[in-house]
Amino acid sequence: MRALTWHGRHDVRVDTVPDPEIVNPRDAILKVTSTAICGSDLHLYDGYIPTMRAGDILGHEFMGEVVETGSKSTLKKGQRGVVPFTVSCGDCFFCKKQQFSACDNSNPSETSDASMMLMGHEMGGAFGYAHLTGGYAGGQAEYVRVPYSDVGPIVVPDHLDDDQVLFLSDILPTGWMAAENAQIEPGDTIAVWGCGPVGLFAIQSALIMGAARVIAIDHFPTRLELAKKLGAEIIHYHQANVRDALNEMTGGIGPDAVIDCVGMESHGLTIDNIADQVKAQLYLATERPHALRQAILSCRKGGRVSIPGVYGGFADKFPLGQLMEKGLTVKTGQTHVQKYTKPLLEMIEEGKVDTTFLISHHASLEAGPEMYKHWHDEQNSYTKIVLKTAMAKGAVEETRTPAQEIIHREMSNA
Amino acid sequence: MAQDGYASKGTQRALIGAGIAAATAGAAAMFLWNRKLNQDHDDDLISDAPSWTLKKAPEGGEGAPIGRTVTIGRPAQELFDEWRDFTRFPRFMENVERVEKLDGKRSRWTIKAPADSTVELVTEITAEEPGRRIAWKSTPDSQISTTGEVLFKTAPGDRGTYVSLVQTYDAPGGAIGKLFAKILQREPGIQARRDLRRFKQLMETGEVTTNASPSGRKSENPARAHI
Repeated sequence: MRALTWHGRHDVRVDTVPDPEIVNPRDAILKVTSTAICGSDLHLYDGYIPTMRAGDILGHEFMGEVVETGSKSTLKKGQRGVVPFTVSCGDCFFCKKQQFSACDNSNPSETSDASMMLMGHEMGGAFGYAHLTGGYAGGQAEYVRVPYSDVGPIVVPDHLDDDQVLFLSDILPTGWMAAENAQIEPGDTIAVWGCGPVGLFAIQSALIMGAARVIAIDHFPTRLELAKKLGAEIIHYHQANVRDALNEMTGGIGPDAVIDCVGMESHGLTIDNIADQVKAQLYLATERPHALRQAILSCRKGGRVSIPGVYGGFADKFPLGQLMEKGLTVKTGQTHVQKYTKPLLEMIEEGKVDTTFLISHHASLEAGPEMYKHWHDEQNSYTKIVLKTAMAKGAVEETRTPAQEIIHREMSNA
Repeated sequence: MAQDGYASKGTQRALIGAGIAAATAGAAAMFLWNRKLNQDHDDDLISDAPSWTLKKAPEGGEGAPIGRTVTIGRPAQELFDEWRDFTRFPRFMENVERVEKLDGKRSRWTIKAPADSTVELVTEITAEEPGRRIAWKSTPDSQISTTGEVLFKTAPGDRGTYVSLVQTYDAPGGAIGKLFAKILQREPGIQARRDLRRFKQLMETGEVTTNASPSGRKSENPARAHI
């Protein structure tokens, strides 16, 4: 089969690799129909995630048709399913508490030593995301083996097309959990750093959960416009002093909760971020948490800090004293995807959440390597890329949803 | 540049200075206090910590014990019964190739050793408390000397059972013995942890988790686990 493989920093290729096989009774094999490139795939692309090996198949946002099942899989051939990026057994202490991303059994014993050393405990498994989380082949491929297929994949009805349900695999539940972790109360103002796909879904979720106001922070005009269409007020951080603006916009109190949808590769030309970049280049630090620092300093006293953004290790100049003195609550973690897929699928069916507005491009699997480059270099115009295995080799389609159509028109008029 | 920087650089510097001074004083106090604690309790063991977690090995042991504990969401008796049949070890013990039952107490283990060789040992069960504990040791016929013990303790609430695997190894002379000892020294506890995790996976999920899947690496088989 054909698959997108990682070969090093900024080196993604399309390789011909062997087809996956059923290995365990609870396995299933899916023929992938749609797979998206995630913001966190950029951390792999930039070489920020340790334990990637040359030849690893990428991709943790994917869906497809069941083509083969193990004796204990509950899936049936021909069913369409979306697969959570987290591999979870459903039987351990953590899965039973619905903390699916903390699954104690899904990271094979051979690969879990590294996370035991790095984190103090073995991390759960995930698709296409380095050997620290199991070394499972990802779904940016024609076929994929899905372990514990009786727990993860959610079967989707035929009247919903791929684009409507694909993001149940990661970014939709991740945005939802980010908003849930912000513990929103009526009258709250929520500030969201980063208007990438997770940030946009966090904004939409926060408003559904009853936030009075959401303020979104980014520096890409298209992404800020998408946030505005969802109902957020926006701050372009090149144009305004973010902390001053947030304080003034909230009557001096500050946002009740802050959500960091940026993660370890924060942009921004500030002293702390430049120092972080230098250290990261010299392997003296793994994180560039500029956005998180700003979020913590902006948050109101006694407020909540939700961190869906991905971090991998040790951060410098972390405002620990500010966290303590202001009495902030921090909630974070990889998304417990399986907990949210069913209620979110229902909301998609009822038309309560919009899942397609952010897609800017459809492309074939073969166009994958150039799509990674665009996703990395042109974040203003590439707001979400979906790869379709059925598209003709090398094909790329720019999709404009109604929201994007308006933005494009407004921007060309301006 | 630094438009959204800090309000007052002077205040910030003063705060950092005070913080560093406080941290230094704190660290010094901690160091002295720890040293005092260690001196006070050097001789009498008052920890409830398992023996294999102690910094100083207990006297009279045959070699440092390697111990690991996992929680398995199954009743102690069920886990005990599964473990009691040593012939099932190859299902979850990575280095155990096969186990042959000799009689009610004794079994012959074939263990993978470096350079495609194997080591044989005959073990004898030395203690057995149903639902709680199984202990074994190698007999003089064995190529390596080992003792092992698995402990089952009902965990609080509905969490199942704490399962501890505690082993000691004493490798003999000879080329194989030396290689074996080297591996054990390099990876103390890793094998025990991996074996226990596989036992947990098997008992909780019915299968041993594997990442077997394709990759762009020519040497790998998509039906085989890789590291």
